[in-house]
Amino acid sequence: MSKEYRFIGKATPRKDAAELVTGKAKFIDDIKLPKMLYGKVKRSPYPHANIKKIATSKAEKLAGVEAVLTYMDVPHWKTGMPPIACVLDRKVRFFGDGVALVAAETKKIAEDALELIDVEYEKLPPVYDVEEAVKPNAPLLYNEIPGNVLPQGCPIYGPHPLQEVVMGDVEKGFQEADFTIEATYAFENFPNPLPIEPPGVIAQWEGPDKLTLWSCNSGPFFHRYIIQAFIGLDIDIRSIAVSTGGSFGSKAAYPQIVFYAAALAKVTNRPVKVYYTREEHFHAFTSRPGSRIRGKVGFKRDGTVTAISADWLVNTGAFSNWTQAQVAVGCGEAQLMLRCPNWKFKPKVVVTNRMPAGAVRGFGGQELKCALIPILTLAMERAGIDPVEFFKKNFVKPGDGYYWRDGNWYVYRGVDFTKAMGKGAEVFGWKEKWKGWGMPTATQGQKRRGVGVGVHGNADVGEDASEAYVQLRPDGTAMIYSAISECGMGQRSNVCKMVAEILNLPLERVNITPPDTLVNPFEFGLGGSRGTYAIGSAVIAAAEDAKHKLLEKAAAVLEATPEDVDTQDGVVFVKGKTEEGISWMAVMGIFSTCTGFGRYEPDYSLSNFMMIFVEVEVDLETGEVQLLRVVPATDVGQIIDPPSLDNQIHGSLGSAGIDTALFEESILDRATGRTINGNMIDYKWRTFLELPTFENVILETPFPSHRFKAVGVGEITCAPGPSAVLMAVSNAIGKRMHDYPLTPDKILRALGKIEGGKE
Amino acid sequence: MKKGKRKDKSRMEFLNTVGIERASLKREGTLVKLSENFVNVKDKIVFTVNGTQYKLKIGDQPGEIDTSDTLAYTLRETLSLTGTKIGCDHGACGACTVIIDGKPVLSCLTLTVECDKKSITTIEGLEDKETGRPDPLQQAFIDNSGFQCGFCTPGIIMSAKALLSKNPSPAEHDVKKALSGHYCRCISHYHVIESVKDAAEKEGTICLKSTDS
Repeated sequence: MSKEYRFIGKATPRKDAAELVTGKAKFIDDIKLPKMLYGKVKRSPYPHANIKKIATSKAEKLAGVEAVLTYMDVPHWKTGMPPIACVLDRKVRFFGDGVALVAAETKKIAEDALELIDVEYEKLPPVYDVEEAVKPNAPLLYNEIPGNVLPQGCPIYGPHPLQEVVMGDVEKGFQEADFTIEATYAFENFPNPLPIEPPGVIAQWEGPDKLTLWSCNSGPFFHRYIIQAFIGLDIDIRSIAVSTGGSFGSKAAYPQIVFYAAALAKVTNRPVKVYYTREEHFHAFTSRPGSRIRGKVGFKRDGTVTAISADWLVNTGAFSNWTQAQVAVGCGEAQLMLRCPNWKFKPKVVVTNRMPAGAVRGFGGQELKCALIPILTLAMERAGIDPVEFFKKNFVKPGDGYYWRDGNWYVYRGVDFTKAMGKGAEVFGWKEKWKGWGMPTATQGQKRRGVGVGVHGNADVGEDASEAYVQLRPDGTAMIYSAISECGMGQRSNVCKMVAEILNLPLERVNITPPDTLVNPFEFGLGGSRGTYAIGSAVIAAAEDAKHKLLEKAAAVLEATPEDVDTQDGVVFVKGKTEEGISWMAVMGIFSTCTGFGRYEPDYSLSNFMMIFVEVEVDLETGEVQLLRVVPATDVGQIIDPPSLDNQIHGSLGSAGIDTALFEESILDRATGRTINGNMIDYKWRTFLELPTFENVILETPFPSHRFKAVGVGEITCAPGPSAVLMAVSNAIGKRMHDYPLTPDKILRALGKIEGGKE
Repeated sequence: MKKGKRKDKSRMEFLNTVGIERASLKREGTLVKLSENFVNVKDKIVFTVNGTQYKLKIGDQPGEIDTSDTLAYTLRETLSLTGTKIGCDHGACGACTVIIDGKPVLSCLTLTVECDKKSITTIEGLEDKETGRPDPLQQAFIDNSGFQCGFCTPGIIMSAKALLSKNPSPAEHDVKKALSGHYCRCISHYHVIESVKDAAEKEGTICLKSTDS
């Protein structure tokens, strides 16, 4: 496909590559504003307690301290869905919850000041488990949240967001089934997405109702419209995103940290930076939510699912910024995977005394699939069905319908992914390696190999609105006005490629404005793999509009019709007469530009797709699992930039993805409420020496999306992985495994080689 | 502005340094006495960063080196060389790697006062001073997309640079081993390995040609 394009589909160096590899790119902690203060947070040593007394006078007296704030003197802003989490509260609800704020001349002084704040607590009983938390006598986290169950609703998804899937008649569906399976599976290791750069923000008030924010997040508008919703539309927020050291969803928006910095900046009338330490990142930011599904499925022997009834219990920790939105997307994704007419799928979002959990790559998808797919595999096993065949039969096909996150019904109009599944299986060698349920692929001494497969897809590729300008300048360059931030995906660079392609202009002559809400039109932000289709569509429309205006002007000068003129490399000419071309400057003059505008409206009728095949080797004596090989298969319509896409798909290992099946977990000490492995030595991560073989299978069947027929897949790369590993290990050892992550102790216990260890 | 008394922030780093001093001086005594001795002996330190010599006074005033300052802190906050990143600040992620006298070193676990008379290279020191062009290794990372978010990249490049200086044609395993202390959450590992191999191959070609002629 890519042969017809000048840039699209070809590897081109990222526009910001030189800045990144030379250390010149400015990340949030590289920025110092004049007179800037450093903000720090005093944190709770208890998971659940009331503050009886708090004494700040010693801290206030420390030289260099400019402000100390407690719950008594912070602004009355609240975040969360619904807004229940104060800037600081009289009550703390997780280990590491904020207790007091300090702003000081240096980081060290601010840290020292925290030690001088004396707090007396009244300890309260904590609750960590999602089902314990909903019991009648469970400790209550918020007076306004009875039973610890958050109300349904997600304002950004409109008035009727999808909060459950109820359709057809499940009782009738179960009667039609050849058999039913009931089971409970959970994904409750609360892994941390842990981008290498912790979150941070700099806040500066330019006046009583004018706030400027510098953030490391995945879209500057997140910190305009979300923060405005919480602190008031009368506050004009200019939000600037700086180079971002990874987000994986977790740094999309972080209102708490904005609150801390903005409150301190307000009271000191100086810019304040709050930048989390790694320790704070581990204990007081965002993990994946816990997910437990108690489900029943009706199954026919040919792999038809006749009914599904399930309670989806989602543990969001101390509060939710996004979780009801993740549930909405998860409800949609369940339908994309299962062509089933009868549903009673009921989520419940529950608050507990764990660290707040929220948006992480997959956005509900990984949490859903890790628990739902294993239940389905029990039925597949009983029916003797190959999982690849089951997914081929049940994954959404053109013409199928589903409810999506806004509560509306959509009919899928994208490509059939059966081809990608087939190609993935072929490259992986699935037919040769699959020996049946509970059967190892190979046996050698004390080693057993096993294979597994998982699947995921998401109709968010066309989510939310985007706007962009493209401005053609007399010097033969083009500027894209689009508030895209850069947190690793190369999206800023990729829209430059799209515009260069449309304008037939050298890539180095196309640039993009900084991600700043002051200079750019509305842009929702990166998320849901929407960069390629949604943002791309707005930018493409703007470029086409600008080009059209240019050619209209040029036609008048060249005495031709606009249809007869074209442009290449900053020159306009009558088609066929390139040698008689004139420059853009000759067309528009030196004191003029041609500016086009593009707007994209949300579309939920396309889905992306990812299937992951894995092969593992288990040592029966030590219980160690090695991930040997990963083959992800997808169909993206058209590759925009091959190395960026390869990199993104490799990312399925990181950002609390595939490895949450093997060793990633936040281990809670129930006696103290503290995560005992909250540092980068004890929290395990994959090193360069442990890389599996990775073979990406990427098909390019044109999508009915936009000019370049492409959709993005970054959001969904992780989600199919962990359940595939669970399946592979279960097959290798011939024992069905339940608990993520599959650490050696669990393997040995399943094999009957050790006892105990359970809570 | 007069600052308040500050606690010694990083006890591990402090003990490490004192431990090194004790070993080199072969003296008995309490840790506190030795640290006083250490501070008393030197009131300034001299080191080279990217070819520029710095003489910095030891003290707690702005622009001075506090005895508890890590090299990562000094580079970033005192010398404004922010290309060196701090990922974890406890020696686990590799982001802060710089080259000291030819060896890759975690600058977050190195006290600046330990760096007297040492020659330090940071990511800012790799480009060609005359042409301003990136080092061939940096160019290989550009050409092979050996990064995603780019935050861990300076540290990875410094470790790779130290490797190639010692071993100009490393096997893939050597590359993986040299980089095994680096955390890259985006998982750019596969492209990083290609970048380092590409740089080695291209450098190898250049060496070969110059030998031929």
